[in-house]
Amino acid sequence: MATTQPRASQSEFNRQLKKYYTFYTGGFVLFVIFLAIAEKMGMSNKWIGYFFLFFTIILYAGIGIMSRTLEVAEYYVAGRRVPALFNGMATGADWMSAASFIGMAGTLYLSGFDGLAFIMGWTGGYVLVAVLLAPYLRKFGQFTIPDFLGARYGGNIVRSFGVLAAILASFTYVVAQIYGVGIITSKFTGLEFGIGVFVGLAGILVCSFLGGMRAVTWTQVAQYIILIIAYLIPVIWLSVKHTGIPLPQFVYGGVLEKVTEREKQLTADPKEQEVRKIFAERAAAASAKAAKAAEVYPAEKAAAAKKVEDLKAASAPRTEVEAAEKAVKDFPGDAKAAATKWAADAKAAQGRSAPPKPHGTPFPGKDEKARDTARLNFIGIVFCMMFGTAALPHILMRYYTTPSVHEARVSVFWSLFFIFLLYFTAPALAVLAKYDVYTQVVGKSFSELPAWVNAWRAVDATLLNITDVNRDGIVQLAEIVIGGDIIVLATPEIAGLPYVVSGLVAAGGLAAALSTADGLLLTIANALSHDLYYKMINPNATPGVRITVSKFLLLGVAIIAAYVTSLKPGNILFLVGAAFSIAASAFFPALVLGIFWKRASKWGAIAGIVAGLGTCLYYMVHTYPTFIQWFGTTPIQKWWGLEPISAGLFGVPIGIITIIVVSLLTPAPDRDVQELVDHVRYPNLKGDISTEGT
Amino acid sequence: MQLTQTHVDYWHKNLVLTSILLVIWFIVTYVMAWFAVPLAEVKFFGWPLSFYMAAQGSLIVYVVIIGFYAWKMRQYDIEHGVHEGETD
Repeated sequence: MATTQPRASQSEFNRQLKKYYTFYTGGFVLFVIFLAIAEKMGMSNKWIGYFFLFFTIILYAGIGIMSRTLEVAEYYVAGRRVPALFNGMATGADWMSAASFIGMAGTLYLSGFDGLAFIMGWTGGYVLVAVLLAPYLRKFGQFTIPDFLGARYGGNIVRSFGVLAAILASFTYVVAQIYGVGIITSKFTGLEFGIGVFVGLAGILVCSFLGGMRAVTWTQVAQYIILIIAYLIPVIWLSVKHTGIPLPQFVYGGVLEKVTEREKQLTADPKEQEVRKIFAERAAAASAKAAKAAEVYPAEKAAAAKKVEDLKAASAPRTEVEAAEKAVKDFPGDAKAAATKWAADAKAAQGRSAPPKPHGTPFPGKDEKARDTARLNFIGIVFCMMFGTAALPHILMRYYTTPSVHEARVSVFWSLFFIFLLYFTAPALAVLAKYDVYTQVVGKSFSELPAWVNAWRAVDATLLNITDVNRDGIVQLAEIVIGGDIIVLATPEIAGLPYVVSGLVAAGGLAAALSTADGLLLTIANALSHDLYYKMINPNATPGVRITVSKFLLLGVAIIAAYVTSLKPGNILFLVGAAFSIAASAFFPALVLGIFWKRASKWGAIAGIVAGLGTCLYYMVHTYPTFIQWFGTTPIQKWWGLEPISAGLFGVPIGIITIIVVSLLTPAPDRDVQELVDHVRYPNLKGDISTEGT
Repeated sequence: MQLTQTHVDYWHKNLVLTSILLVIWFIVTYVMAWFAVPLAEVKFFGWPLSFYMAAQGSLIVYVVIIGFYAWKMRQYDIEHGVHEGETD
């Protein structure tokens, strides 16, 4: 078969790659050292931020330009000669998004054991990729995931559903990435969010526009190296600070014990209880106001205005006056709006009146039923993240790019290994950061807080807000409100590292977001240009036309995605989770049964995709508040209390059952399809058909 | 294209291996999660065992499963003559 490169050229290529990337890593380390020296000599933080941002984007652009191509196989699958190790790194960067890099440790900090569902889900899915999909898709060897569905089930209906689901899942996910790019660029350079989005977008496009998959692959390898260095250095330093050992992943068990001990102290501490009681009272007051909003609205409004006057008369501190004036300015316009706001206030205060959530305890809850629901939701998230991993087109596509089936299998191993390096560090970071906050911040007086606390309080109150609720001059845990993202962003400062490391972390976060966005945009553009345009509309298009169409679509999709992002649509973690549930419900059953069950028929697949995706979407739009608002649907009772993010837990099994039932009711697929299935099952068969795309 | 007995055996071995690995995967993921509360009572170098498994232990098992699959399938490929030309 013509799948394999001649041996000498492939191993020569491999050697060269290793040489290039070793030089590259060395160069990057030198660059960081150079900036560290510059910082010592007085370079300002702002300039360090700029240097990191623009240097790395120019670097990615450079790789993009060097990898420009007009050949179809190069453009869509990087010429199918990416060695397993490098494909592993590229998949790692493709996979780990802004949510993994910045959000993950924060989620773990805030939700303790329950957050580990994402850690397990986002790694365990690769087992499914490895044993159920990657080697078979590689043997099939076309360009996109709808390609496989189209060939296996025949006809354009299945292919179109594949295109639709690929776009739906990838688009939801890409919006979350561009959002992350905007946040990082604006945070570290002071540019506005909107401008940050477009700077980042330029960075994304220079890679993928000129060289397609080939450019994206080699950029992603470069991005992986930056992001993993940026993630590990601060955590290692923090570990040395608290344990004296530079291997955080192996020693944080002891720190977790200390955190658990401290949680018990803080739960029993009288000062903490006093603050929690104040919040409980505020919650009660706010919900009382919300209940009879219409009656109390005028009096409350007048009281807010009067407070400003009183404070001014008493010549209170400027900050208090400003806070009171802001309260008047933001006062709800009518009684109905006030009721909503007070209900939300009550809920927030209620949350803060609870004792600290025990970090190491699985499924804490007030009674048996609450604990069972927590357990079901934990399993639901693990399930959806795993099956979504094994169905997201931008990940599966990467296994088309290796030189052989064997290399595809090995490359899944490297993929998970490189992902594992970050994912087994994140829980350690969460515990170390928590220990730091519980011992270095809680219990200290407001005048002797660590420098990083004051710096971040000033930057953004949603990330870190501490108010002396009981006015004793001491910080209580219940007085702290912390946003998850701060954990990764502030770790260098918590660990007492120079600002250059903060810049490095920003560059790492940017690398994570850009690499994922690249892979996703390319998936969408390929689904449209290859599956829709070339396979369905104009099969006679020349390679040049196909690539040009793809490039213009890429540009168009990127601009639409940036526009949607600028509307700031809701909860990022939910968007990402939704993409996984959607992909799992739509693709997983049809792909896996297509390989392992020859009897799976065209109509079975169509019915399965419709039923799986339909169930998933139905559940989401009837249980997720934002969607209910958007689409004006009637809310339904959650089935067994399962959260909408895990809708795939229903979608996947329904999809599988539907395919089996409908396939058995319809005629078996013909001989060609049976041959195709045999073809993908064996890495090499004598007298075999060839399906490799050119 | 005619499948011979050795091809049928190859596919059968693949299915057995895949099933065994998926059972292990299922146990360290879902069975572990189901019994997380009792498992938290067991201590493992300072971690509650269920916390350790969810944060690190299961992940290591996943990496090993995938590595073992790639290695074993390569053996099967060669044994049954369905391997590809050398590439690395």
